[in-house]
Amino acid sequence: MADVLLFVEPGEELSLQALGFAQRLGKVRAVSLDGDYAPAAWAESLADASEGADAVVAAGSDRGNELLAHVAARLDQPFAANVTALDGDVVTRLRWGGSLLEEARLHGSPKILTVAPHTQPAAEPVEAEELGLPAGADTAVRVLERLEESGGGVSLRDAKVVVGGGRGVGSAEAFAIIEELAGLLGGAVGCSRVVTSAGWRPHTDQVGQTGTKISADLYVACGISGATQHIAGCKGAKRILAINDDPEAPILAHADYAVIGDLHEIVPAISAELRRVQGR
Amino acid sequence: MRILVCVKRVPMTGGRIVLTEDEQEIQTRHLGFTISPHEECAVEEAVRLVEAHGGESVVLTLGPAEAEEQLRDCMAIGADRGILLQTDGADWDAQSTAAALVDAIRSEDPFDLILFGNESADAGGYQVGIRVATTLGLPVATGLKKIEPRDGGVRVERDTGGAREAYELPTPAVLTVLEGLNLPRYPSVPGRLRAKSKPLAVSEPARPEQRLEKVRLVLPPGQGKQAEVLGEGPAAAPKVVELLQQLGVA
Repeated sequence: MADVLLFVEPGEELSLQALGFAQRLGKVRAVSLDGDYAPAAWAESLADASEGADAVVAAGSDRGNELLAHVAARLDQPFAANVTALDGDVVTRLRWGGSLLEEARLHGSPKILTVAPHTQPAAEPVEAEELGLPAGADTAVRVLERLEESGGGVSLRDAKVVVGGGRGVGSAEAFAIIEELAGLLGGAVGCSRVVTSAGWRPHTDQVGQTGTKISADLYVACGISGATQHIAGCKGAKRILAINDDPEAPILAHADYAVIGDLHEIVPAISAELRRVQGR
Repeated sequence: MRILVCVKRVPMTGGRIVLTEDEQEIQTRHLGFTISPHEECAVEEAVRLVEAHGGESVVLTLGPAEAEEQLRDCMAIGADRGILLQTDGADWDAQSTAAALVDAIRSEDPFDLILFGNESADAGGYQVGIRVATTLGLPVATGLKKIEPRDGGVRVERDTGGAREAYELPTPAVLTVLEGLNLPRYPSVPGRLRAKSKPLAVSEPARPEQRLEKVRLVLPPGQGKQAEVLGEGPAAAPKVVELLQQLGVA
């Protein structure tokens, strides 16, 4: 049975998913680290702990990917990020933010990999052994301070409803109708990369492979064609409603519901109907 | 400041990915090419830093001969010169990519900053910058959305989803950045003309044995869903609101 070293971020859902994956590989030694985050030093500790392990696993989170890349670099071994399956020495992993899968032979020992988020069921939590830092560990790069974001409005990542606008919205000003609908639904405003590149909305509103990955109950995609870049960010939504004037737009192949037509007429009509039924 | 930016040529995939018959590549016959979005911000940041503090910005890529197009694009927005490590078009895994970049970096005068995108748009390996830093013995910070030069170093911030973490690194350092760091400019026509005559060095490193070796590409299941059309135009609004109520969001 394989010995698996698992890096755990306590309390994180993604770590429980990685735990489930690791338990299917073999006997798991779950470890965590505490104190100021210092990637190189934490990775040194993990690399030391990996002695004799057949696999080193973490969640495909920011920290998981960063730390295991450091471990792999230290050990001069290959590293497969965002893996969905391991069969012998062949991993299946995400490319293009999940729009494409790759099967690849992972030749290293130990096998170093992170588990793609939301591709595995979560396991019951286990007690993680806390590792210390090795004497003389490189803590030159460590967190100096944490700056809380000003908490205005609903966060895109956690919103139950996201109303997103794309190129079809047409201008920064025209986002007023998107904001209105999002407000009525208690949701957040999102947008596509075209919109942030044009400067109509800040990058913090971008839903996409290089923006925020949402997990809303409902995503309303208005005037969004559905580039793979955008789909990578919104496919975590449970339901997608597309409002688009092009019945052939790629977004319709990812949407559950669609309304065909001009969003500049449809979105205000939905807001008006919502106001009517809500008696506002 | 001397700043190096490492970039990667990737196809603009548009709405639907189609694979070649041998399942080894994306069908790119009808696609344009670009660099990864995170890297566009890295190039913009390098150009701004050199505009503000003086020095030189250099772009480096490992890729096919056609990747010269991406290096010229970077030079069109202000990078001073390019280095192309030319391949025959085959994929290189992250370890061999990092090794080739390190060789190229060592043959240059030292850089104060070496910038990468946090991960490439296509392979998404999350590691080349960290490997280059480790081999060169340089400090590295990843996932950055803010870079401020300080005396003898650099203060950076990363987004952790909710809070931002601040770090300070001595230079030289390796930094990997995220889109949102800045809003990249579009190249101007004079910029494009100037880029044509900027220096480009080309060499052909040998491709070592691959240790994360691609077997084949697979399209994920669940594509080609058929959306239920609720209606056309504003007349569909009542049906939409009915749906919103059914879903418990209105």
